[in-house]
Amino acid sequence: MTLRLLLPPLPAIPPVAVPREVRRMVRLTYLTALTTFFGYILLIAFGVLRDLVRKLLDWFKSDDLKGYAPICPPFEDFYTRRIYHRIQDCFGRPIASAADAWIDVVERHSNDNDKTLRRTSNTSRCLNLGSYNYLGFAAGDRYCTPRVVESLKKYASGTCSARADAGTTKLHIELEELVARFVGKPAAITFGMGYVTNSSIIPALVGEEGLIVSDSFNHNSIINGARASGATVQVFRHNSPSHLEEVLREQIVKGQPGAHTPWKKILVIVEGIYSMEGEFCKLPEIVAICKKYKAYVYLDEAHSIGAVGKSGRGVCELLGVDPADVDIMMGTFTKSFGSCGGYIAASEEIIQHLKHGCPAHLYATSMSPPAVQQAISAIKVVLGEDGSNRGAKKLARIRESSNYFRSELKKMGFVVLGDNDSPVMAIMLYNLAKLPAFSRACLRQNVAVVIVGYPATPVLLARARICISASHTREDLIKGLKVISEVGGLVGAKCLPAEPEKAKKMD
Amino acid sequence: MASAVMNMITAALDWVTVIFDAPLARAVVFGVHIDGHLVVEVLLVAVILFQLTRKSYKPPKKPLTEKEIDDLCEEWVPEPLHPPITEEMKAEPPILESAAGPHTVIDGKEVVNFASANYLGLLGNEKIADSCISSLEKYGVGSCGPRGFYGTIDVHLDCETRIAKFMGTPDSILYSYGISTIFSVIPAFCKKGDIIVVDEGVHWGVQNGLYLSRSTVVYFKHNDMASLESTLEKLTRENKRAEKIRRYIVVEAIYQNSGQIAPLNEIVRLKEKYRFRVILDESHSFGVLGNSGRGLAEYYGVPIEKIDIITAGMGNALATDGGFCTGSVRVVDHQRLSSSGYVFSASLPPYLASAAISAVNYLEDNPSVLTQLRSNIDLLWKGLSDIPGLAIASHPLSPIVYLKLKKSTGSSKSDLELLNVITDRVLKEDSVFIVSTKRSVLDKCRLPVGIRLFVSAGHSETDIHKVCDSLRRVAALVLV
Repeated sequence: MTLRLLLPPLPAIPPVAVPREVRRMVRLTYLTALTTFFGYILLIAFGVLRDLVRKLLDWFKSDDLKGYAPICPPFEDFYTRRIYHRIQDCFGRPIASAADAWIDVVERHSNDNDKTLRRTSNTSRCLNLGSYNYLGFAAGDRYCTPRVVESLKKYASGTCSARADAGTTKLHIELEELVARFVGKPAAITFGMGYVTNSSIIPALVGEEGLIVSDSFNHNSIINGARASGATVQVFRHNSPSHLEEVLREQIVKGQPGAHTPWKKILVIVEGIYSMEGEFCKLPEIVAICKKYKAYVYLDEAHSIGAVGKSGRGVCELLGVDPADVDIMMGTFTKSFGSCGGYIAASEEIIQHLKHGCPAHLYATSMSPPAVQQAISAIKVVLGEDGSNRGAKKLARIRESSNYFRSELKKMGFVVLGDNDSPVMAIMLYNLAKLPAFSRACLRQNVAVVIVGYPATPVLLARARICISASHTREDLIKGLKVISEVGGLVGAKCLPAEPEKAKKMD
Repeated sequence: MASAVMNMITAALDWVTVIFDAPLARAVVFGVHIDGHLVVEVLLVAVILFQLTRKSYKPPKKPLTEKEIDDLCEEWVPEPLHPPITEEMKAEPPILESAAGPHTVIDGKEVVNFASANYLGLLGNEKIADSCISSLEKYGVGSCGPRGFYGTIDVHLDCETRIAKFMGTPDSILYSYGISTIFSVIPAFCKKGDIIVVDEGVHWGVQNGLYLSRSTVVYFKHNDMASLESTLEKLTRENKRAEKIRRYIVVEAIYQNSGQIAPLNEIVRLKEKYRFRVILDESHSFGVLGNSGRGLAEYYGVPIEKIDIITAGMGNALATDGGFCTGSVRVVDHQRLSSSGYVFSASLPPYLASAAISAVNYLEDNPSVLTQLRSNIDLLWKGLSDIPGLAIASHPLSPIVYLKLKKSTGSSKSDLELLNVITDRVLKEDSVFIVSTKRSVLDKCRLPVGIRLFVSAGHSETDIHKVCDSLRRVAALVLV
C-alpha cells in the first residue's frame, strides 16, 4: 500500500495565463489574481483531501465494477464533484413561465448539502436578467402567436423527416427567402439547431487540406465544427486584426504541415458579439485583411442578428461592412427571434453545395413548422412588414436600455465589459466565492442573474453576465440596478471608484 | 598476404610501445608518475575541449524579407469554397403544402406519403395538438437560453421523468435536437485512448461523435455477430491493458442505412463475456419494437439495466423534435456538465417537450397502434415481394422498408440516378411519395443505396396496395 496508490490523481491544471490586453481590459490587478488563485488552491486542496478520505473509506468496500473500467474516471470529474457541486444551486434553475422580463423561478431544496436538488411547488417572481430574449419575443406576441398556432394546426408539430426527404414545407422555403432578404445575401439555408449548424457546415466547407483561423474566444460549436472538419486549426488573439495578419502571413508561407504544399483554402471564423464579454468583433479591419490575403470570412451572428444595427441586421449594419464582403453569415433564431434553429446565408452556389452535401440537411429532422412560423413572423415584425412600427420601437428600446444599464453600472464602480450598443454585458467578479454569493443574494431579492466561471471563462476571470431585453421597462431596470448595487457592494465587486452623485454635491 | 599485414601491425605496435617507454615518459611531475598514455589522454581531452568551444555549424538560414512574404501571399490562390455545381446538385426536394401525415399535399395534388418517419401516425393527433397549443400560449415558442441559464422549464423536467418512467430507467436527459444527441453523448464518455467497436453501417451522427471523441475506433461488418466476436476477441487478447481503459460497442437498434435490426441478445452476451459497455441508438425503434413500444430491449426480453447508454431521437415515432439519453444515474448526471450539445446549446422548445409527454402518454394508453403498425408492415412486405428488379433488404419487423436493386449497375452514383428516376415517376404519375437514399460527401458508410419506405400506423390498406401497384408498374418500365 504505497502512498502513490493512496493519493488520488490530481486534476489537470487549467491554463491560467491571461494575455496582457485581456488583463488590461478586465482590470485584473495582482492582488485580485493572487486572492482568486488562493481561493482555487484552497478548494482543490479540500477536494483532494475529501477524495482521499473517500478512497480510504471505500478501500474495504467490494468492487462492483467486475472488471470494467469506471465509466467516469475520478479525476475527470474532480472539478464537477468538488467545486461545481458546492454552487450547483446557482445553475440550472428551473422556471415555470415563459422566459420573459419577469419569470417564475422554481424553488429547489436539498437534503444532502446541494448534491441533489429537488423541485418544490413554490415559485418566486423574479426579474429576468439572464435569458437571451433581446427583442422580447420569448413570451406570446400579438402578431406572432396566432400565426404560430395556425401553422401548428395546418402543418402539425413536426415533419418526421429530413429536409432532403419529406421535410421541406412551404414555410421552410418562405423562411429561407426571408432570411436571405433580411441579411442581404442571395440565398440562405436553415437548420433545426444552431449548434448543429456550425458543427456540420464547417466540415462541408473546409476539408483536410484547408486551414481554419479562429478567434481564441470562439464558441464551443465552432471549435467542434473545426475539429470535425479535419483541417488544421490556428487560433489568433481575441479580436486582434494585427495578430490575424501575422498568423495569415506565416501560414501562407509555411503551407501545410509536413510537405509544405500550399493550403487549398483558408477560412477565418469570428463572432459578431462574443457572448461572454459583450463586445463586438473588429469586423471592418478583419474583412479588409481577409480580402488582402484572399481568405474566406465566416461570421457567426448568433447573438447580434436582430439585436444590433439600426434595422436589426446585425454587426454588418452596425459597423458599416457590406454583407457581400463576408462570405458566409451564420446566425440563430433562438436569441432575438424567440424561436429555435440556425441559418447560413451565402452565395447561391455555396447554398446549393450545402443543400447537396451537408449532413444536417440530409439526415437531421427538419425544423418544426411552428418554430419556422415564429421566426418568419418575428423577422417580419423587425422589418416592419407586419404593418406597425413595433420592430423599430423594440430595437430603439433595447439600444437605449442597454446603454443606460451599462453606464449606470459603470458609474457605480463595477468593472463592466461590453461595447456601447451591445445588449450583453459582464460584471467582473474574479473571485470564485463571490459568484454564488452574488447569485444567491440577488435571487433572495427577486432578481435572477447568470454567473459564469471556469470552464466557460478563463480561470481568473469569473463574472456575472447580464442580458437586456426589449421587454424590460425603465422601472425594471432601475430595480435591477438597485439590487445589483446593494449586492455588489456587499460582495465587494465595486473595484473602481464610483462617480459621486452630482445631485448630492449641489447641496 | 595475411601474414604480411600481421607483420605490419606487430611492427606498428612495437613502435608505439617504444614511444611509450621512451625515457621522457618516465618524468615525474609533482609526484605523479607520468606514463606515456597519460600524455595521449591529456592531448585527447584538450582536443575535445577545443572542439566544444567552437560554434556548432548551422547552415545559414536566411529569413524571408517582408517583400518576399508579400510576393508569396500575392501568388497564393485559394480554391473556391464550393466545388463546381452540377445539374444534379440543383435538384430540389418536393415541397409539402400540408402536414406530413399519411396523406399530404404536394403541388396542389394529394399524395400518399411514405417518406415521413411518422410510425405511430401521431402527426396531427388532436390531443398532442391541444397540449402543444396550451404550451405555446403559456411559454411561447423558444426557451431563450441553455439549460444552465434559466432555459430549464418545468416541462423539460417533467418530460425527462416521464421518459425515464416509461423506459424503466432511473433518469433521463433531454437534448434539443435528434442528431446532436448521439454526437454529444459519445464524446462525453469516450476520450483519447478508449476503444470503441462500432458497426460499419451506422449513420453520420454516430460517425461524427466517434471522430470527435478521438478514441480508437474499430469497425465490424454490418450486423454480423461473428465479425463482432472476432473483433472483440482480437482486441482483448492483444491488449493486456484492456482492463484499465473504457471499452464500448456502439450499435443502432434499427439501422437507418439498411433497415436491419441489431440482435441485442447476442450483443449482450458478447458484451458480458468481453467486458464492454453498450451504447444503443434507438431513434427508429423507440415506440416501434416491443409489446408496448419500449424498444429493442423489450423486444428481445433483455433487462434494461444491461444496456449502459440508450439514446434516441424523438423525431420519428414521437412526432416531435429533440432527443433523449437514458441510463443509470451516473451516466445521466455526467452528461449535464460534460455533454457539449446539452451545455452549450439552447434547450428544447417547451411545446415540443409537451408534445413528447403527450405522445408517450398516448403510446402507453393505446398499445394497439403498435399492432396496427406491424400489420401494415406485413401487408407491405407481401405486396412488395414481386417487384421486378427490386428486392426487400430490411428486417421483416423494421418500419423502414428498404428496397435494393437486384442487379447493381456497378457504381453507387448510377444506382442512385436510376432509383431517383423511379421515385420521381412514382410521384408524378401515381401520386405516391417515396424517397431514395441520401448520402452526404462526408458520410463514410458504404452500404448499398436503395429506396426507403417509412410505414406508418396511419396508413390504410388502400394506401399500401397503391404503393405496391405503383412501384410494380414503374419498376417494370424503368428497370427491365
